Amino acid sequence: MRQVRRRQWRSRLMLAGASLCALLCAVPVMAVLLYVTIKGIGSVNWDFFTQIQKPVGEAGGGMKHALVGSLIVVGGASLVGLPVGLAGGIYLAEFGEGRFAAAVRFAADTINGVPSIVAGLVIWPLVVVPMRSFSAIAGSLALAIIMIPLVMRTTEEMLRLVPRSQRDAALAVGATRARTTLSVVLPAAVGGVVTGTLLALARIAGETAPLLFTCLGNQWFSLRLDHPIATLPVQIYTYAIAPFDDWHRQAWAGALVLVSGTLLVNVLARVATRRRHDFTR
Amino acid sequence: MVSEYLEQPTEGTPAEVTGSAQPTVIECRSAWVKYGDNPAVKDVTLDFPAKQVTSLIGPSGCGKSTLLRSFNRMNDFIPGIKIEGQILYHGRDLYGREVDPVEVRRRIGMVFQKPNPFPKSIFQNIVWGPMINGLAPRSGRKAWQQELVQRCLEGAALWDEVKDRLHESGLSLSGGQQQRLCIARALAMDPEVILMDEPCSALDPRSTLRIEDLIDELRTRFTIIIVTHNMQQAARVSDLTAFLYEGNLVEHGPTQKIFTNPDQKQTEEYITGRFG
Repeated sequence: MRQVRRRQWRSRLMLAGASLCALLCAVPVMAVLLYVTIKGIGSVNWDFFTQIQKPVGEAGGGMKHALVGSLIVVGGASLVGLPVGLAGGIYLAEFGEGRFAAAVRFAADTINGVPSIVAGLVIWPLVVVPMRSFSAIAGSLALAIIMIPLVMRTTEEMLRLVPRSQRDAALAVGATRARTTLSVVLPAAVGGVVTGTLLALARIAGETAPLLFTCLGNQWFSLRLDHPIATLPVQIYTYAIAPFDDWHRQAWAGALVLVSGTLLVNVLARVATRRRHDFTR
Repeated sequence: MVSEYLEQPTEGTPAEVTGSAQPTVIECRSAWVKYGDNPAVKDVTLDFPAKQVTSLIGPSGCGKSTLLRSFNRMNDFIPGIKIEGQILYHGRDLYGREVDPVEVRRRIGMVFQKPNPFPKSIFQNIVWGPMINGLAPRSGRKAWQQELVQRCLEGAALWDEVKDRLHESGLSLSGGQQQRLCIARALAMDPEVILMDEPCSALDPRSTLRIEDLIDELRTRFTIIIVTHNMQQAARVSDLTAFLYEGNLVEHGPTQKIFTNPDQKQTEEYITGRFG
């Protein structure tokens, strides 16, 4: 009897401990959201989205150039990163046996663990120097380096969640392996793959370091891919370390927009892929 | 053409061992199946006559599933798998260079241990195979599909239960219904042979009985090879029985004989439940 009581007591203690830790995980997220909202909400206004940077010392202006710049750079990165990452993930999950696949997996995991500034460092001699200019393209490529292994590994993991029996079923009615992958395995994992992809997008949209010496930044509005371009994270960084209160306020506003965008993308991903027969959720 | 290659009838070796009058459809000649260096099937020589139900029995790990899966080349994707000797389909080597494994699987259908319908509608589960294989006619596709679905579901004794909800998910059915849907899906390809890998092991007794009745109906039209752990099931459904032990074919012959008067002591011991 006494033993039972002691066990129950210990169980409660452990459960309480685990719950507390779970709560601790959620606290920073909430704190960040709350703090950024409080500091930034006051400066998110119409001008913020429609105006570009004002000259130093002049109040007002906005981040339109950086918002559009981020869209361009992230869009360019996706154009390269998504097809390569998805195809690579499919290869690893469905056809990847043996040494080559193991090497690819190892390489992807290594890149995932490397500080992101390294991506910029690699692109600098490869793209920036030959082009003799910082450029949107260079930034996109740097972000693609980060995006590819992320998308590849999550795609692989998600496809692996689809039971073997589904593949068997398709093959047994005379489907080729390609058809099995595209028409049975991929649709059954689409929720997880889309979520993973959007998370990768959100991740690179917030990257600053790889853009520092690839995109550089630009105080003017630019749509050119071969010219330096402003991006939201770099703009936030520039404003945050500047000695002007007005810029600080705009940096907070930029951070709020970035965080909201990430949140929105996450929520959209969940809603868009909510389906009954998805083996990955 | 690969399909023509598989089509050509050969001399049609009568199954000597079984004494069946039917021509042989699948024939193993000293077949070995190895995982790396480990043989799972050893030197099996065995005939499967047309339009007969043959059951493969034996204790777990005796190689019966491995052997079954090598008949429609479902083992192809297992790394390190090796087939030695010959497995013939109408006298043609299933592992010959010119054989397309996809073509093999179109002719030799399979039903798996656990029901595995696609997460699609009942209707789509059936038409998917024929559609991707281009079996549908150019015109009148809708009517053709309707007819196919009804025919296959009737063939699998499922039509009456699902005819009013063909567009609901195949996964909304009970386990036994799902397995019959999987059989219907196999029928849709109009195969010559249907392989069944312990098709009832995940089902309750009542669903099991329905599947067995179904097998009894299908025997006139298809060659059926069934792996089962259930001795009574083998006795009930099959015309012929082959007993495997540790990868070797111990004995094989008419089910009646295997179950009442086996030649080998090992077979008798297994069947009477003294080991295995």
